[in-house]
Amino acid sequence: MTIDIKENVFASVPDADGRFGDYGGKFVAETLMFALAELESVYRKLSVDPDFQQELDQDLAHYVGRPSPLYEAKRWSRSIGGARIFLKREDLNHTGAHKVNNTVGQALLAKHMGKPRVIAETGAGQHGVATATIAARLGLKCQVFMGEEDVRRQALNVYRMKLLGADVVPVTSGSRTLKDAMNEAMRDWVTNVDDTFYIIGTVAGPHPYPLLVRDFQCVIGREARRQAQEQTGRLPDALVACVGGGSNAIGLFHPFLQDEAVAMYGVEAGGHGIASNQHAAPLTAGTPGVLHGNRTYLMQDADGQIMHTHSVSAGLDYPGVGPEHAWLKDIGRVNYVVATDDEALRAFHTLTRVEGIMPALESAHALAYAEKLAARMSPEQVIVVNLSGRGDKDIHTVAQIDGIQF
Amino acid sequence: MSRIAGRFEQLARQGRKALIPYVVAGDPGLDVTVPLMHRMVENGADIIELGVPFSDPMSEGPVLQLGHERALANGTSLRGVLELVSEFRKRDADTPVLLMGYANPVVHMGYAAFADAAAAAGVDALLTVDIPPEEVAPVNAELQRVGMDNIFLVAPTTPTQRIQRITGAASGFIYYVSLKGVTGAGHLDVADVARHLELIRGHSSLPVAVGFGIKDAESARAVASVADGVVVGSALVNAMAQAIEGGGDHEAAMAAAIALLVEIRRGIDNAAS
Repeated sequence: MTIDIKENVFASVPDADGRFGDYGGKFVAETLMFALAELESVYRKLSVDPDFQQELDQDLAHYVGRPSPLYEAKRWSRSIGGARIFLKREDLNHTGAHKVNNTVGQALLAKHMGKPRVIAETGAGQHGVATATIAARLGLKCQVFMGEEDVRRQALNVYRMKLLGADVVPVTSGSRTLKDAMNEAMRDWVTNVDDTFYIIGTVAGPHPYPLLVRDFQCVIGREARRQAQEQTGRLPDALVACVGGGSNAIGLFHPFLQDEAVAMYGVEAGGHGIASNQHAAPLTAGTPGVLHGNRTYLMQDADGQIMHTHSVSAGLDYPGVGPEHAWLKDIGRVNYVVATDDEALRAFHTLTRVEGIMPALESAHALAYAEKLAARMSPEQVIVVNLSGRGDKDIHTVAQIDGIQF
Repeated sequence: MSRIAGRFEQLARQGRKALIPYVVAGDPGLDVTVPLMHRMVENGADIIELGVPFSDPMSEGPVLQLGHERALANGTSLRGVLELVSEFRKRDADTPVLLMGYANPVVHMGYAAFADAAAAAGVDALLTVDIPPEEVAPVNAELQRVGMDNIFLVAPTTPTQRIQRITGAASGFIYYVSLKGVTGAGHLDVADVARHLELIRGHSSLPVAVGFGIKDAESARAVASVADGVVVGSALVNAMAQAIEGGGDHEAAMAAAIALLVEIRRGIDNAAS
């Protein structure tokens, strides 16, 4: 399927039912339908309310530390010998990742709705930390659901959340990772829907979450667009971002979707390789289905059961993906590709050694693909990579793989 | 008239309320489900609700989550569940069978293929927890084509206008979720349930069954005094799991479930009289 991108189709999705083409929607239990309708109507009002926008902008500037720099990785670009690579430094945000752009926004919604309690799911712990952080600042009660397997892998972030006053609940059902944490958060929400706001961390889930998370993350792309023009005098030739649920990628891509000449690459977690079946790449190797409130591409077996995924990065270890990505794949606007665990680990080490910037393993997937892409391009061309988070949280994982004992 | 509508009519004539037991197909074993269904019918079940196991059962409490996990570990698939219903139908042509589960296995099979296979197997109705009226049109078209009922949930949070929309798309009966929470939760408020049932009945002449949080003869009696039917799930699944944990075999598990079912039947009949 192709579309004429001169027409402003990108502003027309999602439609009133939360659909991006065939994807998205509201596939949840009846008990939650009322809460989603309430959230949608509050958000519709606040998203055009100048006071709310000003409050959000203030927080983004003075609490998160925006705008984040667009940094030209000259030494790394030269060593590859192709395009100029610029890094959008979301790793420099307060709490160390792009996740906080969204939690600041959703927590303000919770405050305006008078909800005293927030819950969140988390994989790597970055969204959990960002939620616990803003909950501490606004004095909201906070509970974070995290798969038992991820609690083990990300012990440092678990302790960070506890220091921030959040209650971290290890989830022992299913595969004990991000998808199960999301199941458990939904169960909590259905039980405590009167006083609880569910802060979803990615552009997935039932409508209006894919819309509002996109809106809160688009600050990344808006800044990058302006910064690229200031620094290079034109728009970039290509954008690269990793895709788990896909919030950092949508945040970077969305403000450029109508710029026909800007190519876009969403990099999924290739794990041990697509052929191994141990990966987390639903757009590359999955099929459409329904999970966690929306219709999208999923990793599923022949009976429609959700498959266990694998990625070295807990933040990408998820069998679904935001519905807007599913749509962007089908209409051919964004190219979805993979980077394996090994490729991401190599990129982690390369950027650390060549630029003195230690990326999150999630972001390292984008870097790994950007390196290949840059090599095929000319030195006059420009790539912007979303460096969605910093790698401190992954030092333990990397050390373990390298056989280092502390 | 559908088997479900017929069953509720028959019960109404007799002045009885429907007992609707829920078990997860394939739990505790694939060989248990069909004999258990027959024994539940012999011991007072009016409609059987078979849970279709799913890897991510988002509305289930801990007891049914484990039931789904055990059933999947036993190799239960949606097609396998349909085979179990076919097997059940060889000896029982009268008892309505309702499948309850999540969207994705049905979506993956395809609505048309599912409707054909389910109707051929003798399934009477489908209840998908995560397909609300907003998303139901394509599946409803297929269910109607083969004469199957679509059972919808109404929740304590459902506003009045939505009740109208839901009852408009529903057939068979309305399933009222008695509490805000997951299956097996323990904070049932019968007066509150009664208020909501009155609201629902103001919009629909369909029978209303109540589920979530009914666990014994007393809670079943209380709910049956206001509802047309009582759904019991987690308590039965838990009774079987406990029996097996205590060293019992599948026969012991079935016996435990049936003992509880008989007690609950008595509770319901006490309310009706």
